[in-house]
Amino acid sequence: MSALQTHALVKRYGGLLVTDQVSLDIVPGELHALIGPNGAGKTTLINQLSGELASDGGTVRFGDLDVTALPVHERARRGLLRSFQITSIFEDFTVLENATLSALGAREHAWRFWRPMLHDANARRAADEALSSAGLAQRADVPAGELAYGERRQLELSMALAAQPRFLLLDEPMAGMSAQESAAVIELLQRLKGCYTILLVEHDMDAVFALADRISVLVHGRVMFTGTPAEIRDHPEVRAVYLGDDAL
Amino acid sequence: MSATLLLAQLLNGLQYGVLLFLLAAGLTLVFGIMSFVNLAHGSLYMMGAYAAAMAFGASGSFALAVVAAAGAALFLGWVLEVVVVSRLYRRNHLDHVLATFGLVLFFNELVRIVWGPQPYFVQVPDALSGTVDILGFSYPSYRFAIIAAGLAVAAGAFLLIHKTRVGMLIRAGAQNPQMVAALGVNIRLLNALLFAAGAMLAGVAGAVASPILSVQSGMGEPVLITALVVIVVGGIGSVSGAFYAALIVGLVDTLGRAYLPMMMRGIAERSIADAAGPALASMGIYLLMAVVLACRPQGLFPAQRG
Amino acid sequence: MKTSRVLRPSTLVPLLLLAGLALLPWVATAAGQPFWIAFFARIIIYAIAASALNIALGYGGLVSFGHALFLGLGCYAVALPSFFESGNGWVHLLWCVGATGVAALVTGAISLRTSGIAFIMITLAFGQMGYFLLVSLKNFGGDDGLPISLTSRFGPLDLGSPLAVYCTSFAVLAMATWWSARLRAAPFGMTLRGAQQNARRISAIGLPALHYQLAAYVISGVLCGVAGLLLANLNAFASPSTMSWTVSGELIVMVVLGGMGSVFGPLLGAVAFLGLEEALKGVTEHVWVVFGPLIVLVALVGKGGIAGLLQRLDRIRPVATAAPVVAAAEEVAS
Repeated sequence: MSALQTHALVKRYGGLLVTDQVSLDIVPGELHALIGPNGAGKTTLINQLSGELASDGGTVRFGDLDVTALPVHERARRGLLRSFQITSIFEDFTVLENATLSALGAREHAWRFWRPMLHDANARRAADEALSSAGLAQRADVPAGELAYGERRQLELSMALAAQPRFLLLDEPMAGMSAQESAAVIELLQRLKGCYTILLVEHDMDAVFALADRISVLVHGRVMFTGTPAEIRDHPEVRAVYLGDDAL
Repeated sequence: MSATLLLAQLLNGLQYGVLLFLLAAGLTLVFGIMSFVNLAHGSLYMMGAYAAAMAFGASGSFALAVVAAAGAALFLGWVLEVVVVSRLYRRNHLDHVLATFGLVLFFNELVRIVWGPQPYFVQVPDALSGTVDILGFSYPSYRFAIIAAGLAVAAGAFLLIHKTRVGMLIRAGAQNPQMVAALGVNIRLLNALLFAAGAMLAGVAGAVASPILSVQSGMGEPVLITALVVIVVGGIGSVSGAFYAALIVGLVDTLGRAYLPMMMRGIAERSIADAAGPALASMGIYLLMAVVLACRPQGLFPAQRG
Repeated sequence: MKTSRVLRPSTLVPLLLLAGLALLPWVATAAGQPFWIAFFARIIIYAIAASALNIALGYGGLVSFGHALFLGLGCYAVALPSFFESGNGWVHLLWCVGATGVAALVTGAISLRTSGIAFIMITLAFGQMGYFLLVSLKNFGGDDGLPISLTSRFGPLDLGSPLAVYCTSFAVLAMATWWSARLRAAPFGMTLRGAQQNARRISAIGLPALHYQLAAYVISGVLCGVAGLLLANLNAFASPSTMSWTVSGELIVMVVLGGMGSVFGPLLGAVAFLGLEEALKGVTEHVWVVFGPLIVLVALVGKGGIAGLLQRLDRIRPVATAAPVVAAAEEVAS
């Protein structure tokens, strides 16, 4: 059974077909990369998978459940978590509060009116682990708005981790990061491989080829080709359209 | 329930609707383009009414009174925009609400200081103090004139917005304010102009309404709130939406007040009907708004957003 | 040397204020000014109403311009049963919670279908709806209001005297403030505050923001209704004017002036607002021509209100402690 499966997924904006009959089959435990030129529709597809965008056709199955009609929070509660390409955190909360709220939201609920959130043992443990993995444990008490850009991206990722996901949709986690910061994230993702199934959207080709078990190439909303990194490297059409002969 | 009475009430509803449109048009444009919540719009209506009352008292000319109202409201609107409103565009709606709330309290008290708390009465101009014959019955000429004038303003506004360059800027601004600014249009001037123009319409509405409604402190708020209902029902930012919604709201309110108590007496016992009838009638437009929002939160005729 | 949390200005000033209010009945009686009790009771009641609004507005970011509706419903929850010969406080309270709960649930559910400007306008319109409904009920006083002959009796406690209302209101305010502080850091409060900052994120982590916002609106409405119940007992009178939109506006001013989303903001705001109003009344009968522009100023300046000001004082204080001076002296000596 697939971890995540889409069948003929479609999204139209007026006359423009942004997602064109996309069928994906993500194997449990794999790290599946999604690459494609700018404007290929990668973020739109992620939004359809996470539930933020309603699809105009096709289905999304998460495990053995059809989630096509489920709203964002319902998918998150079932373990389908995402991180955002443009950092989307709680600026006024501390790093720890950001992570703990994420841990609480997906696996429990917030219908508690008296005991402080940070005293919730389960949520706290999950948050601490996620922050340690992402290297933010030292910065736990810093308001998120005061973090450096790279740290904000790390927080973005750790919020998805804190929610103890089964499946991670990562939308360009290394966007705007320095080489050193990217290396840290690549190392983190290496550790996460196998624990979670991951669909990774990235432009950083070094990261993609180092991490991915399989790669799908999205061009003009269509999945042009899915294969192993080696197959992608050698595929002539993919080289022409996206990679350019020099990049390899 | 005679046909003449029904026709008269329909015309009254139309007249009220047209008045509401004059207020709602400026309000919805300012909401739609500058995203600014202006609760002080009712104060501009009130100041227009007072200006008209003063001018009429001094000159005896109703035409002059309307011009005075338009001028006073235009000036006041311009000053408010430059001094207070323009500083708040980037802030959130709460700050808009707070600031304009303060302005409302200020103007209501100011008016009480200058003119006293008692209502001012403005006479219907002699030329329009008779009646007109419509389909075999007599209807007050003044109210008929309001309908005609209001429809003329609506037609003028339509022409301005759809057939002129300024109108094109306004429509563009409603769809994409940032783009218009990026195109090098002096957005500050456009905003000030827009705000002042909306204020002028409100002032004219105040002048026009002054012979029918009493001119006094606090007269602006009930009409303002009804205008807000119009905008919500019509769709924020849409002037044509405001027009249709204003007529609908005007008719629902007038006909409701005229016929609901009567209808209630037909279906319930007298004591209940006498209590529930007027209650339902006064709540009528809010029930309409609640129903519209429950079914179509974006309003009945929403503006197309880019 | 670490300054104790309690001694920081942002907590100390409000706590001193509360202590002062606790002692007020004695002070008033001793000074021979019993009418102070009624005056400050009114401030405390509005502080409760502002605390209620703070949950929806301060924590949740829901700009409700119609909260006076719940205040008014609370008043009539006393006035109407009293009219029908019932002085039983529990009956009054039941009607209060029931009416405001249902009203908040229905108006909240409809209003939350919108956001931004539309939300503000709809709540304003719902407040007006309540106002006009009550004005049209001529049998129950209509525009003139309804006198209350049978004040709420809760067993031996009769809210018929200003002192009884004062003590009860103080107790309610203290509990509401304490709960508000706990709520702020509890999962519910964190979710609300998170949704105000970033609604998209709240959904993405698995929390349906709308459900929590509606719950906050209902809680806020019911607590505001309780304030209304106390107000009706204080005045022995209920009037539709309590539901007017200007009262809703004044509640918003109190919350913002005090410091939106802070624990003590509502108390500070209510005291500042009503205190200033009273002070101005002593100077001129045309209070609003001065107060109006002051409110405009509060909107223009903003910056977290009085609570925000006190928090900035928090940060200044540690500089005055001995530690840095000692450390510098040691460095010079070595």
